[in-house]
Amino acid sequence: MSETTLNDDQDLSGLPLVDNPVMPYLRQERIPHIWCPGCGIGTTVNCFTRALEEAALDLDKVAIVSGIGCTGRVAGYLNLDSFHTTHGRAIPFATGLKLANPDLNVVVYSGDGDLFAIGGNHFMHAARRNMDLLVVCVNNFTYGMTGGQVAPTTPIGATQTTMPFGNFENPASLPFLADAAGATFVARWTVFHVRQLTRCFKEALGKKGFRFIEIMAPCPTLFLRRNRLGDGVDMVRQYKERSVLRNGADTKEVAVGMEGDIVVGTFVDRERPTWLEAMNSHFSSVLGDRYRTYGG
Amino acid sequence: MSDATPVRKAKGTVFVQPEVCKGCSYCIEFCPTDCLEFSREFNAKGYHFPVLGRPEDCTGCGLCGLYCPDFAIFGMRFKDIEAAKAASLASHPTR
Amino acid sequence: MTADPKGVLTGVHFLDGDHAACEGALAAGCRFVSGYPITPSTEVVERFAQRIPMVGGVFIQMEDELAASITMLGAVWGGKKVMTVTSGPGLSLMMEHLGLAYITEAPCVFIDVQRGGPSTGLPTLPAQADMMQVKWGSHGDYEIIALVPDSPQECFDLTIKAFNLAEQWRVPVFLMMDEVVGHMTERVVIPEASAIEITERRWTKKAPGEYRPFDACADGVPAMAKAGDGHRIHVTGLTHDERGWPALTPKSQDKLIRRLTNKIRDNADALADIREDQCEGADVIVVSYGITSRVASSAVLQARAQGLKVGHARLVVAWPFPTTRIAYLATQCRAMVVPELNLGQMVHEVSRAVAGKVPVRLVDHAGGTVHDPKVILDCILGAAR
Repeated sequence: MSETTLNDDQDLSGLPLVDNPVMPYLRQERIPHIWCPGCGIGTTVNCFTRALEEAALDLDKVAIVSGIGCTGRVAGYLNLDSFHTTHGRAIPFATGLKLANPDLNVVVYSGDGDLFAIGGNHFMHAARRNMDLLVVCVNNFTYGMTGGQVAPTTPIGATQTTMPFGNFENPASLPFLADAAGATFVARWTVFHVRQLTRCFKEALGKKGFRFIEIMAPCPTLFLRRNRLGDGVDMVRQYKERSVLRNGADTKEVAVGMEGDIVVGTFVDRERPTWLEAMNSHFSSVLGDRYRTYGG
Repeated sequence: MSDATPVRKAKGTVFVQPEVCKGCSYCIEFCPTDCLEFSREFNAKGYHFPVLGRPEDCTGCGLCGLYCPDFAIFGMRFKDIEAAKAASLASHPTR
Repeated sequence: MTADPKGVLTGVHFLDGDHAACEGALAAGCRFVSGYPITPSTEVVERFAQRIPMVGGVFIQMEDELAASITMLGAVWGGKKVMTVTSGPGLSLMMEHLGLAYITEAPCVFIDVQRGGPSTGLPTLPAQADMMQVKWGSHGDYEIIALVPDSPQECFDLTIKAFNLAEQWRVPVFLMMDEVVGHMTERVVIPEASAIEITERRWTKKAPGEYRPFDACADGVPAMAKAGDGHRIHVTGLTHDERGWPALTPKSQDKLIRRLTNKIRDNADALADIREDQCEGADVIVVSYGITSRVASSAVLQARAQGLKVGHARLVVAWPFPTTRIAYLATQCRAMVVPELNLGQMVHEVSRAVAGKVPVRLVDHAGGTVHDPKVILDCILGAAR
């Protein structure tokens, strides 16, 4: 499937001898995907799959859960046990999946509207409970699938179809929300930071508890064009120019606007017992031998 | 070689699948050695796709493949390509 | 298969319907419940929370009914037998996930303890006004199974049946209690585990690569796999093909939705469960369900005491509606009387089945308490004239 510029001895059986490293992680028959030119979601998928490879996880035990929206389609493209659920409810679905089979490494991969508008309540409570999930939010500041409506992340001043005169609502700062709700790991990168993001995925996959990664990604078709911000590459160039690495930053100070710094890095990294660990240790201590320790 | 301009030697290369490229230019823009450029021709969707304009500069670092949102390009170092080929041949001995 | 003894509280008990339903779920092998408190259903999950640590499983109280209903569905694909429990307003919130459960063929049990509505309505008082909501409340075409107990003993028995049917047909199954049945306390006999028949999940025997998760067997039901089995399944609420992949065409829609509905429609007669009492040769047949059937029994006995030939048909399975049997009964009598704790819901199904052969009289009630038997008696007497 690859065209080489190197040499021609590949054509031994019509199959390539080297393949795009993302391919083993994709349902290849489903590619090309539905995402627009310059959409950053595919870039995050590259980083995620490289991290899966480097983390050397048993892929049969990795499950991915998405909600609805452009990023919600990630689950369908990855060659893992994958679940494309209802709008906003990826986290509670993942909660049931993880609790029913604690051996699974469950990743929630969805968009900002899905996770923080319709699904905001579930995000808060899963973080509070320290449910053992990695939650990945591709934040493109808009509702892409429905045509560019204002999102809970849309910066003030940006124009969207349902804010035709510019957004006047205060956007949410996702790392601040995650931190306040009790997430054990909180990081932000942009699709410019592909190497850092890959490392971050790998690190987060190896940890326990409610882990949150925000990835800022361009939506050229509906956010950039409407706000005259150029193409995807112009926005990624902005990410490069505006981003400031500040590991351990106070999450109160990492809000993002149309201009100014984009603070990136790992902001929170702490340990707390997961919901299941807490349940097992609590019931063991209060119920003693009567408790039937739960392991799935 | 009397005139001693050192000849740079490629350490790797890129593999492109032109038909799935959507021309976002991430690979070209963010290539650390600036070795990629747009093709003159269009693919079936009407996009220019990346080609290795300066192959001698390619290090095979693979960054283009990490950026590409459409899984249309990836880069590899020659030594990794050889290893991958050997592994592939080993797993398909009939080839 | 018979029940796992760990979950079976064998013996004679004095339980209300809510507690009995919880014991039914444990006996059926339910080891995962996600719920949200709502009157008058809360006692079901309270008992589950109390019992499950010693049985081995998980109870989690979620942040709302949307979460409760989809957390349950996540647990299905983790391999558990699952249930959620709610009432009125919570049921309305769960409607989207009823649809997801249906289209993804996730075996699960919803318990709805009906209270007066709409909206917050009468939180502590009974109604039977959700009968149409469970059938039509989620968007799109779908079919469900709904069982209606009229006693705590039936809450136990029918909860087990609900789990068994959910596994057999891979559909969401409802247990439709009402506040009175949920809160009335009666003798409940829980048999030995070895005497309880359990339908196990139909796991695929195919190897990864050969298995297609929505490829139906001869009975229209696909075998299941769970996450972590190596099959790399994809499950989506989008219209999908046999592989589980999105297939957004009229053709794939027709194929999938017809298969799903036909699982139930083609088996409606076999699923029917009507308890008939002296219906053959009756002049008037009372068709009732749930708590109202107990009130109606009193009216039927009084009518018979006056020399009338009155039959009583109690629907234990409300959905799929037993059209064939009700249509037959309509040929055997001169009138039908349908009492229900709403302003007319299942009476429409009865009328549809009867198709004008005999008059069908509704004895309605806005809810909040049960009927006065005399009102049902008067209707029977009127119908007999």
